[in-house]
Amino acid sequence: MNEQKTNFDTETSRDDSDVILDVRNLDVYLNTYSGRIHAVRDVSFTLKKGETLVVVGESGCGKSMTARAIMQLLPEKISEVGERSQILFNGTDILKMPEKKKETELRGKYISMIFQDPTTFLNPTMTVGEQIAESLLLHSKMKKKEAMEQALSLLKMVKITNPEKRIRQYPHELSGGMRQRVMIAMALACEPKILIADEPTTALDVTTQADIMELIRELQEKMGTSVILVTHDLGIAAEVGDRIQVMYAGEIIETGTKSEIFKKAVHPYTWALMKSVPSAQSQTEEKLYSLKGTPPDLIAPPKACAFAPRCEYCMGICRRLHPVMAAESESHSAGCWLMHPDAPKPEQLGKGGTI
Amino acid sequence: MGKYILKRILYAVIALFVVSTIAFFAVRMIPGNPIEAMTEKLPDEIRQQVFEQYGFDKPIMEQYKLFFKELFTEGDLGESLKYRGRKVTDTIASYAPVSGLLGAEAIAIGVISGIILGIVAALNRGKWLDYLVMFIAVVGIAVPNFVLASCFQYFLTIRFHLFPTTGWEGFSYTVLPALALSFNSTAKYARYMRANCLDVLNQDYIITAKSKGMSKFRLIRKHVLKNSILPIITLLGPQIALMFGGAFVIERIFAIPGLGSYFVSSVTDRDYTMVMGQTIFIAALYILSVLIVDILYGFIDPRIRISQRGGRDGN
Repeated sequence: MNEQKTNFDTETSRDDSDVILDVRNLDVYLNTYSGRIHAVRDVSFTLKKGETLVVVGESGCGKSMTARAIMQLLPEKISEVGERSQILFNGTDILKMPEKKKETELRGKYISMIFQDPTTFLNPTMTVGEQIAESLLLHSKMKKKEAMEQALSLLKMVKITNPEKRIRQYPHELSGGMRQRVMIAMALACEPKILIADEPTTALDVTTQADIMELIRELQEKMGTSVILVTHDLGIAAEVGDRIQVMYAGEIIETGTKSEIFKKAVHPYTWALMKSVPSAQSQTEEKLYSLKGTPPDLIAPPKACAFAPRCEYCMGICRRLHPVMAAESESHSAGCWLMHPDAPKPEQLGKGGTI
Repeated sequence: MGKYILKRILYAVIALFVVSTIAFFAVRMIPGNPIEAMTEKLPDEIRQQVFEQYGFDKPIMEQYKLFFKELFTEGDLGESLKYRGRKVTDTIASYAPVSGLLGAEAIAIGVISGIILGIVAALNRGKWLDYLVMFIAVVGIAVPNFVLASCFQYFLTIRFHLFPTTGWEGFSYTVLPALALSFNSTAKYARYMRANCLDVLNQDYIITAKSKGMSKFRLIRKHVLKNSILPIITLLGPQIALMFGGAFVIERIFAIPGLGSYFVSSVTDRDYTMVMGQTIFIAALYILSVLIVDILYGFIDPRIRISQRGGRDGN
C-alpha cells in the first residue's frame, strides 16, 4: 500500500465512486481446537452507496464472519485474515489500518453493526440512554448532557414509546423489540456510512420482525446509509434487498439483483433455498422441501465444488474441479458448472446425476 | 428499593436474635461452672452475693429474659467474670478499634490488589503474567497466614530490618500483620476476578461495545469492570467478619492488643460473659456487613432492584 487516504468523507477519485465498500479476496481462518477452519473463502463483493445488500445462506456458511471481518471484530486471537485479502472502505484498506485508528476512525463512526440477539448484546448494567450516548461521546465532541439529549431524540427516531422513561431504564426492563430498536439507535447514533445488520430479526417474533425491518429501511432512506443485511430468511431478503448474495461453505456462489435471484437463479443451491421456503398459496399437503445432507467441513474444504455432494444436478466435473464465477448478466453471476456452454440442461440431468 | 432494604434489615435482626440466643445457651451448656470454681472456698454469704451480682441465682429462663432486656435497652453485655467490675462492652470498645484498623487495612490491600491482579491475569490469559498471578493465588490460598507471618517477620524484620517485629505503636507496626492477613483474600479475589473477567470478556455485549469503537482501556473500565466486580462484592461481606476471626492468630504472633488475642484468653479463662459478648459482637459485625453488601448489591446491579419491583414493562 502506498498512500492511504485518511479522510473518508471526501469522495475518492475513482470512476466507480459510488462504491463505498470493496471486499477483495477475503479469506478468514479460525484456529479452533479441532483444527484450522477456513470460514470465509475468497469472497469478493462491492457495496454501493445507499443500497441494501443481503447476504443469505445457512448457518456456518461464513456470512457472519464476513460481516465481522468488515467491522474488524473477528474473534480475537483465534482468527486470521488471508494475506491477499483487502477490504477497501472508500478506497482505504481497513485491514492495514492501525488498531487505534480502527477504534477512532472506523467502528461506530463510519461502519456500525447491529446484532442478532438484543438481549445478550446490550450491557445489562448500563441504562439504555448511557449506552446510546456512549457512541456519541466516543465520536463527537458532545458533552454528557448533550449526548443524553441526543440519545433521547434517537429513541424518538426509532419510535420507542415513552422515550423519556425508557432512556433511564435498563435493557432487561424492555421487550425484545424495544431492545432491538435501542440497538438500532445506538448503531445509527453517529450516522454511519455503512450499517451491518447481522440477523437483526432472528430473535424476535414475526410481527416485531416486520416492524424492525421497516424501521431499518426507513432510516436507511433518510440517512442514505448502505446496509449489509445478513440473514437466513429469504422472506426478509425479498422484502428489503436491492442485491442478494448467496453464500455456501464460506464462498459466494451466486450474486445478483433481487429479481435476478428470485426469478432467474442459476445455481442449484439457490434453487434449493427457494424451494424450502413455505408458501402461503400452497394448497397441497405435500411435505416441505428440504435439502439433504450437511455442508462440508471447512477444516478441510473441498477442492472441487463444495455443493457437489448435495447437488441434485451434480456432474462428473463438479467433483473434480472448482467452478469459476461466471456472469449471467452485468449484475448477475454464479459459480456453477451448469452455466458452462457445454453443460447439459438441468432438466436432462437425473437426480444424483451420472454424467 | 425501600421495601428491599427493610426486608434485609428485618432478616438481619432475626439472625442476630438467633445467634445471641445460641451463644447464651451454648456458654451455659459447657460443663463445669466457673463461678462455682471461683467461689468454692468462700463463705456461703459472699458466694450468694456473687451469684446475685451476676444473676446466676435466678432460673435460666429468667436469666435469658434479663440478658435480652439489658442487651436491647442498655446495650449492655454484662460484666467480666474474671476481672470484677470490668464491663464486656467497655472491653470490646477498647480492643475492637485495633482489630478493626488491622482488618480494614487487610481488606483494602486484599480487595485492591486482588482485583488488579485478577484483571491483569484475565487480560494476559495464557501468558506468563497470567501464570505468575495464578501461582501467587495458589500460594495465597494454600499457605496459612501464620506461616506467611513468620516468613515476613524473618525476612522483612530480622534480615532486612524494614519493619518492626511485634507490637502496636504506629503505622509501621500494622504493615506486616495486615499483609499477612490480606494475602489469602488477595489470592481469593484475584482468582474470582480473573474468572469473572474472562466470563465478561466472552459476553456478547463486549462485542457491541467494541463495535462502537472504543479503546481497550475504556472497554475495560466502562464495560468489563462493573460487570465482573459484582460477584466480588458478595465475597466482601463474610470477609469483613472473617478478618476478625483470622486475626486471632495473627494478633498473637505480632503481639497486637486486639480483640482476637483477648478473645482467646477469655476462652481459656472461661470468662463466660466475655466469650458470649464477643461472640455476639462478631456475629453482629458479620450480619451487618452482609446486610451492607446486600444493599450495595441492589444499588449496583439493576437486575436485583427490578426483581423486587416485579417484572418488566410491556412492549
